[in-house]
Amino acid sequence: MNITELTVHELQEKIKSKKLTIKEINNAYIERIKEKEPEVQAFITPLLEQAKEKAKTIQEKIDSGEKLSDLAGIPIGIKDNICTKGVKTTCASKMLENFISPYDATIMNKINAENMITLGKLNMDEFAMGGSTEYSYFKKTKNPWDLTRVPGGSSGGSAAAVAANMVPWAIGSDTGGSIRQPASLCGVVGLKPTYGLVSRFGLVAFASSLDQIGVFTKDVRDCAMLLNVISGYDELDTTSAKIEPKDYTKSLQKDVKGLKIGVPKEFYGEGINEEVKKSLEEALQKYKEMGAEVEEFSLDIAQYALATYYIIACAEASSNLGRYDGIRYTYRSPEAKTLKEIYKKSRSEAFGTEVKRRIILGTYVLSSGYYDAYYKKAQQVRTLVMNKFNEAFKKYDVIITPTSPTTAFKIGEKSTNPMEMYLADICTVSVNIAGLPGLSVPCGVDSKGLPIGMQIIGKKFDEETIIKTAFAYEQETNFRAKYKPTFKGGVR
Amino acid sequence: MAKEDYEVVMGIEVHAELSTKTKIFCSCPTTFGAKPNTQVCPICMAMPGTLPKLNEKVVEYAVRAGLATNCEISKNSKNDRKNYFYPDLPKAYQISQYDKPLCEHGYIEIETSQGKKKIGITRIHIEEDAGKLNHDDLSGGALVDLNRAGVPLIEIVSEPDFRTIEEVDAYLKKLKSILEYIEVSDCKMQEGSYRADINTSIRKKGETKFGTRTEMKNMNSFRSIIRALEYEINRQVDVVDNGGTIVQETLRWDEVSGKTFSMRDKEDAQDYRYFPEPDLVAIKLSDEYINEIRNTLPEMPESRKQRYLDEYKLSEKDAGIITSSKYLSDLFEKAGKISGNYKAVNNWIISDISRILNESEMDAIEIPFDARQLAELVMLIDNGTISSSIGKKVLVELFENPKDPKEIIKEKGWIQISDEGAIKEIVLKIIEANPQSVSDYKAGKDRALGFLVGQAMKETKGKANPQMLNKMFAEELKK
Repeated sequence: MNITELTVHELQEKIKSKKLTIKEINNAYIERIKEKEPEVQAFITPLLEQAKEKAKTIQEKIDSGEKLSDLAGIPIGIKDNICTKGVKTTCASKMLENFISPYDATIMNKINAENMITLGKLNMDEFAMGGSTEYSYFKKTKNPWDLTRVPGGSSGGSAAAVAANMVPWAIGSDTGGSIRQPASLCGVVGLKPTYGLVSRFGLVAFASSLDQIGVFTKDVRDCAMLLNVISGYDELDTTSAKIEPKDYTKSLQKDVKGLKIGVPKEFYGEGINEEVKKSLEEALQKYKEMGAEVEEFSLDIAQYALATYYIIACAEASSNLGRYDGIRYTYRSPEAKTLKEIYKKSRSEAFGTEVKRRIILGTYVLSSGYYDAYYKKAQQVRTLVMNKFNEAFKKYDVIITPTSPTTAFKIGEKSTNPMEMYLADICTVSVNIAGLPGLSVPCGVDSKGLPIGMQIIGKKFDEETIIKTAFAYEQETNFRAKYKPTFKGGVR
Repeated sequence: MAKEDYEVVMGIEVHAELSTKTKIFCSCPTTFGAKPNTQVCPICMAMPGTLPKLNEKVVEYAVRAGLATNCEISKNSKNDRKNYFYPDLPKAYQISQYDKPLCEHGYIEIETSQGKKKIGITRIHIEEDAGKLNHDDLSGGALVDLNRAGVPLIEIVSEPDFRTIEEVDAYLKKLKSILEYIEVSDCKMQEGSYRADINTSIRKKGETKFGTRTEMKNMNSFRSIIRALEYEINRQVDVVDNGGTIVQETLRWDEVSGKTFSMRDKEDAQDYRYFPEPDLVAIKLSDEYINEIRNTLPEMPESRKQRYLDEYKLSEKDAGIITSSKYLSDLFEKAGKISGNYKAVNNWIISDISRILNESEMDAIEIPFDARQLAELVMLIDNGTISSSIGKKVLVELFENPKDPKEIIKEKGWIQISDEGAIKEIVLKIIEANPQSVSDYKAGKDRALGFLVGQAMKETKGKANPQMLNKMFAEELKK
């Protein structure tokens, strides 16, 4: 038995049937990280010693007959923009290189309450801005399917760590596709829940009205289980939704007969790789065979989503990142002598190019005289996008599109061309704009053996239906049994 | 041109700290004067990942202020971010309100020597206060104290309706008293919890366009406001008279030199890049909510004043002074009720108490003794235990070292001498020591009696009962 290849629900069975102990599981993961991390580079702060200790404590508690959650002792990886008390939270930025949060994010409290074990803080694009994890200040994470390629981003560390079996599941965040796109490029399941389903308290803000915490898992069942843990109203986040807690594992049903699937033709047109398109068409064919109704429709507003997204996201980011000013917990330029110099030099020296680009863009669109033409207009388009989705959801239960226009691209291929990098988000941003839930599930590989992802979009707070839709497909096709990352092309 | 040929136009923005127990977006206490950075948490320190949560009391207090100043209350309001960099602003933006303030289109009525006048209130909005920078003598730098960061404020913006300094003074005093009456702010000016920014411009009489304005920031004393405005108006008249133009700039008043100084001009005017605060949901208020607050508004100064005229027969002027401050007014009513002598309490407040407050630049709220103690002072005089001149000494003592007046006079040995035998002894002693005055009196110089009584008071350190002294001197000297 290869422990690290198991899903969490499989691990749970082995624990229950006493075939595996918490200690064995954690040791297996620690060994796996030691083996694979040098080539994948997914971790910013590994917490292997702490994990070992915690596994020991939990094992003792279990041995002494204490009743713990059935997720007790299960390892997890956390994106490094989620605040963890006493452990560095760097956002992959020089600015926060030494920042240790004095408090735990709400979702960390939930994860800790389950007695799960954090194996480490995972790499990402600096402040979650990027689509390849190449904009991390610390390291470039490699795609386990081809180490010369990117894992996607911004949650590339989380996606790669799950794909490489270095963690059984991981937490990420998604502002414009930062969970779904890397999940697609790394061949794992990634869910961005509805805006407001998961508390953002403790998630370092990039774009407050778009940011949402979500999960990376090996399969859809694990996805539903982890969503059960992290979702729910939080009085510390007034934008979180007051809705009844749900058990998402109840949605793990294979039956999609009569399910109405909308297929927006604009997401299958220009700019979408032919192999990706073909794979999606096969998947839709599979749904038809399973009894779902598939219908093409037009969502032409989507062509404005990318521009809208970059205006709103950059505007909010320019404000959210103002607090990194060299005064308190951030990097401060040793050269700075005056207050102005503290601001200018610290921010010039500690922010990366992409972060600066977005701060400048965002500052510009909020400037007096430009506000109406950009930010206000973008908010109006945002309302239109929401309305168009609402209209579509009167007819359809879910909407299916490719997650990413291409499979994983080469490291360095797009990092110097911001516009091309932004286009990698073309399929995912409108979901954030509209605040909807979106799930990426693997649906095949291209001729290079690189995974392709299918994005299932649902109505607000209807995670149940997208989980059911993904689960049915996954059970029918069983991607995980057919394809595995090869770690090719790596130089150790 | 002479100063009289210009019309002065002024507008005022008042910042009042709300007296909620906790801050506007977190549950840290708002108490003034704590050690630096002891009333802070990750939220008000703007740690990465933290989110604001709006304190509902802040909305309630602001609505109360709006209703008390005849504003329309917006049922659909929101918060906005005002972005700028400064070390006392840890998020690099202040959560405020931009285009949808909670309250709009109000007014308050003021009274000056020119009569009554309505001053328009453009808007009242809620926002958070910033921290403070303390100069660090050791390093020569500045240290950031974030205790005040996140203390709730309302900003009350007036229309440019002021034409005289007297109007400005009357408005600021009236507004302060309203906020005190509705108990939303303690308005302690010395602690900065009631401060004003004043915009001033001048124009030739008859001109309809406004002149270029300057803004004087953070004024927190009535006396300085008057001085500063006098200076600034004269300065503007001088500039224009000498062919110059007024530069739009922000000014700082320097109390010591008695001059205004430029802090920044229009050139470095900030672009605050306001946009809706995405971390907070819209503020939606129902009619029921607003009406409930309306129904619980306390009696306002005007109606109290009328009541004082009717019930206690105070003079128009005295009633005005007492009701100008809720604290004075409460003190008057409570002490009057306990002592049963409203007239005497009125006199104490109007004369001695007001004088001491004035001299020491204290706010009425800072009066260290309570109504019961003042009432006791009144009763001690009324029942002859002490004279009114001892009473004045007791009052000074009450300000310096507040205790029950009975205890004070006991400790100080100020109890009035009303024993006939003791008084007689003193009278005889004074008569014997002052033969000249005695013969003056007998020669018909009545003033000599006053001198003798004064000598007796001096002898007894003011403790002798003056009525008895008078009577007994008259009797003894007749003999």
